[in-house]
Amino acid sequence: MHEDNKLKGRSMLPVSRRRFVQGLAAGGAVAALDWRAGWAFAETGQQQTLATLTGKDFELTIDSLPVNFTGRRSEATAVNGSVPGPILRWREGDTVTIAVTNRLPTPTSIHWHGMRIPAEMDGVPGLSYAGIAPGKTFVYRFPVLQNGTYWYHSHSGFQEQLGLWGALVIEPRDKDPIEYDRDYVVLLSDWSDTNPETLYNNLKKQSDYYNFHRRTTGTFIEDVKSKGVRSTVRNRLKLGRMNMSPTDIADVTSATYTYLMNGNPPDANWTALFKPGERVRLRFINASAMTLFDVRIPGLPMTVVQADGNCVQPVTVDEMRLGVAETYDVIVQPLEDQAYTIFAQPESRGSYARGTLAPRMGMTAAIPPMDPFPLRTMADMGMGGMAQMKGTKMSGMSSDQMPGMKGMQMNGASQNSMPEMKEMDMSGMRDGALDPLAGKTPFPQPGSRATRLMQPSSQMISRPAQTREGEVPLRLGPEVASVPMNTSPRLHDPGDGLNGNGRRVLTYADLRALYKGVDGRPPTREIILHLTGNMVRFIWGFDAYKFSQAEPIHLKLGERVRFVLINDTMMEHPIHLHGLWSELENGSGEFSPYKHTLLVKPAERVSYLISADTPGRWAFHCHLLYHMAAGMFRTVVVS
Amino acid sequence: MMCRLALQVVIAGALLTSVGVRPVCAQTPATPVDVPTPAGWPKPVEDSRVLTYVTFDQLEGRTNGPNTSFRWDGEGWVGTDFNKLWIKSEGRVMNGVTSDGDHELLYDRPIPHLRYFDWQAGVRLDLDSSPTRAWAAIGIQGLAPYFFNFAPTLYVRDGGRVAGRISGSYDLYLTQRLILRPQVELNFYSQADRGRGIGTGLSDLDSGVRLGYQISRKFAPYIGFTYSSSFGQTATFARGAGESVHASSLVFGVWIWR
Repeated sequence: MHEDNKLKGRSMLPVSRRRFVQGLAAGGAVAALDWRAGWAFAETGQQQTLATLTGKDFELTIDSLPVNFTGRRSEATAVNGSVPGPILRWREGDTVTIAVTNRLPTPTSIHWHGMRIPAEMDGVPGLSYAGIAPGKTFVYRFPVLQNGTYWYHSHSGFQEQLGLWGALVIEPRDKDPIEYDRDYVVLLSDWSDTNPETLYNNLKKQSDYYNFHRRTTGTFIEDVKSKGVRSTVRNRLKLGRMNMSPTDIADVTSATYTYLMNGNPPDANWTALFKPGERVRLRFINASAMTLFDVRIPGLPMTVVQADGNCVQPVTVDEMRLGVAETYDVIVQPLEDQAYTIFAQPESRGSYARGTLAPRMGMTAAIPPMDPFPLRTMADMGMGGMAQMKGTKMSGMSSDQMPGMKGMQMNGASQNSMPEMKEMDMSGMRDGALDPLAGKTPFPQPGSRATRLMQPSSQMISRPAQTREGEVPLRLGPEVASVPMNTSPRLHDPGDGLNGNGRRVLTYADLRALYKGVDGRPPTREIILHLTGNMVRFIWGFDAYKFSQAEPIHLKLGERVRFVLINDTMMEHPIHLHGLWSELENGSGEFSPYKHTLLVKPAERVSYLISADTPGRWAFHCHLLYHMAAGMFRTVVVS
Repeated sequence: MMCRLALQVVIAGALLTSVGVRPVCAQTPATPVDVPTPAGWPKPVEDSRVLTYVTFDQLEGRTNGPNTSFRWDGEGWVGTDFNKLWIKSEGRVMNGVTSDGDHELLYDRPIPHLRYFDWQAGVRLDLDSSPTRAWAAIGIQGLAPYFFNFAPTLYVRDGGRVAGRISGSYDLYLTQRLILRPQVELNFYSQADRGRGIGTGLSDLDSGVRLGYQISRKFAPYIGFTYSSSFGQTATFARGAGESVHASSLVFGVWIWR
């Protein structure tokens, strides 16, 4: 299969699932493409299709690459000579070996985002290993114990901004519950010709450097016309007193970013082919550094079937927001012999990434106009008190039934009868108690085979989450510019800029896992963390501390913990925990969705459960690259 | 003598800083990551980089017809989020004579429990064509509510002489790139200093309104109008020296930073 790809160069044929499986059967040999071919592409700026590497053994080379995404020559950091790097297709149950060679003059790394692997294979310099020095090769080797759509990226410096990322697609060992005829990766990213060091320094010195939607005398006059003098002035004074700007939607915007789809700028029009009536699986990956994408395909409803690599019960929407590092798999079934635009606008609008689904190459469809630039509201400041009402529907949930609230109800399992104890996957368990060696074999991913872990009858069931840790009374200061008066779960709220747009937008409340969670134990403690920051100083952290000021968070191997995140800032933060699943408490009980990255809205309080089943030092951070660099990072130690 | 005093102020400032700039939390005091990682491993994130910053709020020619002068007012720092060394410099050159030469070297830290203000302590040197003076300086600088830039500073030198300065400005965005910036600076002195033509009390005011266009965020040419004036005894000294007490000028300059 990959040989095919190599011969045809950049063929537009999608990797059909059947052909892919054949490829696997035939080979599994070392899949090193002749990556020099990518060089020419990057310079010419024509449409590119991603190379796919399959098998068990891989060789990846990281090097700089001249590129031209914007009309200006620039330099990216590429994997095997392409940006994005090749799609790696693995198979659940295989043990894969990936030899990564660094040809950069600086250290590099590759982190396998969302993969449940031993900590030393996780690829975070300073936590997993020292990184990959210039000229050196690091060999990753680990068993693939999960399936779904993931991605990989550098965890060194700002290489994530420079193009060092690619898609990971893992074929399930068993029959895929998702049926489709075509399969495409749609990887979204943000590109700047400005060196990311400069970009970060600009933000540190003038945090609204890239905001060209500031309030001006012009917007003041418009507001007076539409809202009246009193309301306009009151609003300005209220925000002005705290030096806050409602236009603070994204720190980095289209003022410097060009948005890419599979490495293609909008004009290159990345195209995926289909035959009318076929079911097309699109694996959306937000691999950007700083951009939340709102994705839709006008005229084509999308059925979300997977989130962060885990199957969810199908839910059909018109649009969805992808936080940085999140992935969503959708099925679309275009019936007409026509082209459809895949449209991904950043939350800060201004420009977009775009591609086309078409029956034939060279077709285009209309590009929809961009939505208006959103503004932060009082709900984002925890001042509205109506944050939950902002969403379109409440599905009859009263606020004290919402997860994450005080006096939280137990995760379904504890109230339910004992989970069934039939032929359980006993790996990691001995006599019903967790084996300290469990880390060698983490709990299985929820699936048709994985059975729910029962709870040991005596000890654990009677210990609900009573210990609260880290509940800190925050005070304003250089690191904390705001502490909302009230925070609430905003799970039914699609997010700023997506309310009332006439489209059905995916929310976290819609996510219900296809399979029951594997760990039915209630949490034994609760760890509360505030997401804090000072936009003016561009300092970000947890509980007012930057990484360098903070201690690691310690988890006991095998324990079940509830994390509660409280976003005290006026921006969204996609929070990613390495190595362990984050089971979002969104009212789905034992069908809580398993995620690796959770987008927390301003003034939102979100909770999720964690099974600390894999020992090691794990990174826990905001996936906005420059927030992480500014300190929004913690080490989670499982031991 | 005055140098020693200046030094004492700086040391006192440095001591002050050692008492919590950290937010007060019920948490155990933060210590560096206590998990041993092998030597030679990098930090997973470098959140305390040393950055440098230089900006000029005034870099301009001033003219009122017969007289033209060149005026600069710039500042910069090097440091991290919590420890910075600031340099400030301002002055005016007219007919080869430099006046208003004020150069400061300050240590800077955020003020605990204030979001947008730093305190600064260090030395000020009045260095121009007039006799040189040295002061100890302590002040605050930051963003006051409603986006006002505000920086009051207190100066002390030998003989118990005290001086004060208040400066402030506001950026009014007319469009995303066109900015109107009113600015004002006031100086006070407790005792007269004939050598530098300074009287007691409120000595002088420098104010202006500038209209700049950001060709880029870091480069904005501007035009403006400034009004400066001396008061009280300072004005008397000026008249005696045959200098004007009030001056209005048209200015042309550029805002730059990096």
